[in-house]
Amino acid sequence: MKLTVSDLTFGYNGKTILDGISLDIEKGVIVSLVGPNGAGKSTLIKCIDRILKPQKGTVYIDGKEAAQLSSKDFSKTMGYVPQSTLEVFPYTVFDIVLMGRRPHIGWRVTGNDVKIVSRTLRFMGIEEFASRYFDELSGGEKQKIAMARALAQEPEVLLLDEPTSNLDIKHQLEVMNIVKKLVSERKISAIMAMHDLNLASRFSDSIVMLKDKRVFKVGDPRSILISENIERVYGVKAEVIKDSRGMPYIMPIEPV
Amino acid sequence: MTEDEVFDAEEVYARASWKKTLFTLVLFVAVALLAVFAVSMGAASLGMGECFRVVLAEFMPVEEVSTFAQVVVLQLRLPRILMAIITGISLGVAGAVMQGVLRNPLVSPYTLGLSSGAACGAAIAIVLGVGLLGTGRYIIVINAFFFSLLTMAVVYGISRIKGTSVETLILAGVAMGYLFSAVISLLKYTSGHEELREVVFWLMGGLYTARWENVIVLIPAVFFLTALLMRYSWDLNAMSAGEEVAVSLGINVNRVRVTCLTLSTILTASVIAFTGVIGFIGLVSPHVCRLLIGNDHRYLIPCSGLVGALLLLVSDTACRTMISPTEIPVGILTSFIGVPFFLYLLVRKKRRWWQ
Repeated sequence: MKLTVSDLTFGYNGKTILDGISLDIEKGVIVSLVGPNGAGKSTLIKCIDRILKPQKGTVYIDGKEAAQLSSKDFSKTMGYVPQSTLEVFPYTVFDIVLMGRRPHIGWRVTGNDVKIVSRTLRFMGIEEFASRYFDELSGGEKQKIAMARALAQEPEVLLLDEPTSNLDIKHQLEVMNIVKKLVSERKISAIMAMHDLNLASRFSDSIVMLKDKRVFKVGDPRSILISENIERVYGVKAEVIKDSRGMPYIMPIEPV
Repeated sequence: MTEDEVFDAEEVYARASWKKTLFTLVLFVAVALLAVFAVSMGAASLGMGECFRVVLAEFMPVEEVSTFAQVVVLQLRLPRILMAIITGISLGVAGAVMQGVLRNPLVSPYTLGLSSGAACGAAIAIVLGVGLLGTGRYIIVINAFFFSLLTMAVVYGISRIKGTSVETLILAGVAMGYLFSAVISLLKYTSGHEELREVVFWLMGGLYTARWENVIVLIPAVFFLTALLMRYSWDLNAMSAGEEVAVSLGINVNRVRVTCLTLSTILTASVIAFTGVIGFIGLVSPHVCRLLIGNDHRYLIPCSGLVGALLLLVSDTACRTMISPTEIPVGILTSFIGVPFFLYLLVRKKRRWWQ
């Protein structure tokens, strides 16, 4: 599925957050949205997923306007993983992932839904948590469960809002590896808001740099993550070295 | 347990679902058995056998029963028991739905000001003799009902001004509750002896006014509203993960919220208009069920209703038999019986999800 964002503008209380964002996202790629705090990364993700309603602009799915789809049909095309999930009430892991089947089911859960949920749990390697309660789990496990819920939707685009920001380094890598595996095995696309430039560099096919409510630059990590761009977007002097695979590794030195 | 069983998620889910279904059935049977038992309990000493014959005689004109037994069982006890069950169901269901839709464990028809609104409407009818609609015997009921609905409309309206924030809605409900309490206090302060007594009784709640003519209307209404609310189980489940996730799962959060709040308000208002203020059940029944079977609304809603029915039926039976022929207001006993039970569950269960 090809996703096109055209001239998207969003703001509230007279304050503009996104100003004329246009993007093309091909099928089966990992795209990272990077930029300083307040650049509009999360907002853009929410606008694409229709959680927020943009004042202007259109999102096209394979050339068709996303706004024309019913909310149920739309939710079959895109899955959303929030930055953090807080469950006020007790749910088991299985029940939470089963919620991802909501767009597909009426009142009754079919054997197929149960199969998809358990397959998703296995794919994520969290099968043994099925009967555990969500609040008993660690931050990394919770993140995987939120991802599993979005996957159970069987979306063609996965939207992740800072998926690694609260995780330790091992869980960061695990989560990113899962995204990578998903994109290559299921040919879906992943769009992530990312703070960690080095993870973005290692795992993305394409990087979208946001600055002052607009798209600053788009391209592959090698061409985008250079000291000049980082200084202009973040206001930080940074040294960019190459890792063993030739991908840029950013070492921030000092604020300008 | 073999390793295979532990890691087979489908098996785990099937087992959990079966447990929850069983729990629902056990509650259902418990309510039915307790109802049968309650029929034979009361100031007039009638055996269980005799009570059965009275009920049977209604359908098959073969048995000889005394008119006294007939009046006691058919006109006094049965409608009251049925009223206890449907009131308990309504409060339990409404509590579960309201807590779910607002994602807050402290919410209940009581905390949202609905009970105070109803009480205020009733007090106005009792003390001032003024009603919104109708006259005569139902003026109190109708006033209580509409004041309750009005409260929710105002509370929701206030929250809409600030973009339907859940916190605003709950706080507005609590604030309205205080306002209504103040009006009630004022009415009590200025009312005469006879009216004051009646207001106090209404505020304590009771099922002694139960009549067939009301019960017959309320039973289908309560079941219809409960069934409607249960259709939103999935939406409520998804909404408990937060508004954004719910939207991305294709749910129209605002519409679900308005519909569920409206339906559960009508559900609550239609019973408390008859019974007066019965607090605690709406708050605690959902929690009792959550501690035992978790929060899946497909099971939580019916179970919470049944636990409410159980709690209210036990309390009401106790309060009309403990010091018979007089009785204790049921509101007092629901708290006496329910609070220790709830605290026991709270302390005993290791899971601490409410933090």
